[in-house]
Amino acid sequence: MNKAEILVIGSGPAGLKASLSAADQGAGVTLVERDPFLGGQLVKQTHMFFGSKEQYASERGFKIAEKLTAAAEEHPGVRVLKGAAALGYYDDNVVTLELKGRVLPVSYDAMIMATGAQENTLMFPNCDLPGIYGAGAVQTLMNVYGVLPGKRVAMLGAGNIGVIVSYQLLQAGVEVPAIIEAAPEIGAYHVHASKVRRMGVPIYTSQTVVSAHGSDALEKIIMVELDDSWQPVPDTERELDVDVLCIAVGLTPLTEILFQAGCEIAYIPELGGHVPRRSAVMETSVANIYIAGDVSGIEEASAAMVEGTIAGLTAAFNLGYGRDSYEQKIAAANLELDALRKGPTGEKIRTGLQNLKKTGEVRQ
Amino acid sequence: MLEKTGVPTPAQVEAVKPSPERLTEGPVVIVECFQEIPCDPCYTACKRGGFLPFADINDLPRMDFAKCNGCGICIGACPGLAVFVVDETYAEDKALLMIPWEFLPVPEEGNMVKGLNREGDVLADVEVKKVRSAGSHNQTSILTLIVPKKYAHDIRSIRVD
Ligand SMILES: Cc1cc2nc3c(=O)[nH]c(=O)nc-3n(C[C@H](O)[C@H](O)[C@H](O)COP(=O)(O)OP(=O)(O)OC[C@H]3O[C@@H](n4cnc5c(N)ncnc54)[C@H](O)[C@@H]3O)c2cc1C
Ligand code: SF4
Ligand code: SF4
Repeated sequence: MNKAEILVIGSGPAGLKASLSAADQGAGVTLVERDPFLGGQLVKQTHMFFGSKEQYASERGFKIAEKLTAAAEEHPGVRVLKGAAALGYYDDNVVTLELKGRVLPVSYDAMIMATGAQENTLMFPNCDLPGIYGAGAVQTLMNVYGVLPGKRVAMLGAGNIGVIVSYQLLQAGVEVPAIIEAAPEIGAYHVHASKVRRMGVPIYTSQTVVSAHGSDALEKIIMVELDDSWQPVPDTERELDVDVLCIAVGLTPLTEILFQAGCEIAYIPELGGHVPRRSAVMETSVANIYIAGDVSGIEEASAAMVEGTIAGLTAAFNLGYGRDSYEQKIAAANLELDALRKGPTGEKIRTGLQNLKKTGEVRQ
Repeated sequence: MLEKTGVPTPAQVEAVKPSPERLTEGPVVIVECFQEIPCDPCYTACKRGGFLPFADINDLPRMDFAKCNGCGICIGACPGLAVFVVDETYAEDKALLMIPWEFLPVPEEGNMVKGLNREGDVLADVEVKKVRSAGSHNQTSILTLIVPKKYAHDIRSIRVD
């Protein structure tokens, strides 16, 4: 059977940093990614990132992906398997991969799960009409394959993803007649909202989409205003002609394999739903299974990278690597994470992590 | 308002404006960043001390306008595209305005374009005086526009027709 000392599943910012930090300590890493390329969400991000220098602030997401991908592919301690989807967990530390149409079992000493998240969707009449996409699909079409999703796109959701994808649609020459948000306030960083607003895109808060219409594909949507208790206000329906509706209403962590492996899971809405319980250094309730990035709670690439570093360092440490530098490197990473989460925009994450902690301690 | 529409209030805009005296002394930065977010590249980009040191990455940018010479380097570093430079000394009734630009086409020097306010409405036809790249790694362009002085604090984007 194939043997991996440290098996990292998923090559977004969390998985890449986990692989690099573990391999730098001397551990042997196998990094598996179901896509034919590495980088996760980063490859689709054409905008400059926030954060600080340590997290590559003001570089564009796909550039960060290029840097980390090159570092992982050149690292002698990292074996990369692309186009390899992890399918399931089996007893005695075995995960099966699907690679080139074949099933490949891999056994590991430690596993770092960095599978990221999947998009939430929304139910309303005709929500399955062609032309209704998740924001991730629109971004993949546009920024990975160079295909325009349509001519006139309404965005549902004014969080960072909805607003940034709207900006990218404008950059691709697509008209965006509305960003629609059910909450009374914009969830995105306000600077992002201001930059689409000054290009003439209206943002409608306290409104939502109640139905979609079209014969073969989307032709129009019906919007409605919402009151303080999120109920439709009578007689406020209005039509908007669009050929695409892009849905950006949040993400849910991809935890299936962790469920299978018996990791204790808690339901924490602030973190995006069901998330694994973890120690302060990202180990789950099952020894030698670690988590990092959006799978541990929906946050940002900046935090995902730091969590990846922590998980990678700890997995390596527990296998006997990098004993001298461990404490110091973890302390530095924790400082970075605390700084990222400290401000008002980190409040949701802080609350979520506190609530998760209240479900009990995992190890140290 | 900002949190509902994406448009800052006049009071917010006023609060981050350099003093009238500083504005008469030449080009100076204006940073329209009103929400504490984990972000600080504007501060690390300026080598002149135009930004006061961030104690915490979530701090709002705070300025030392006396140290700023309006070079515009910080414009291309800001992922929020929230940094501008205004030079009110350019001419009697015209000011220079530097903005970040991330769309195609990139206008050429001498082109006339539409100057848009913070809501995307057209305020005036404006001339593009200068186009420069914020660096090969970056791909943001920095445009210098000649704008009516009365709109120097209102025009914040353009449309190339
Ligand atoms: C539009 C948009 C804009 C964003 N802007 C910013 C920003 O400005 N700043 C910022 O910090 N963050 C930003 N983010 C958030 C950031 O992209 C994510 O938080 C980050 O990518 C999470 O990293 P991750 O490694 O946990 O997951 P991901 O990047 O999602 O990577 C997970 C990887 O795991 C792979 N995978 C999943 N399941 C399997 C399996 N079973 N087998 C093998 N591989 C698998 C996936 O294919 C994927 O490559 C943005 C996100 C979006 C969508
Ligand atoms: S314009 Fe130049 S001097 Fe002024 S704050 Fe920006 S980088 Fe510093
Ligand atoms: S770089 Fe831009 S968005 Fe970030 S803190 Fe500075 S002004 Fe605000």
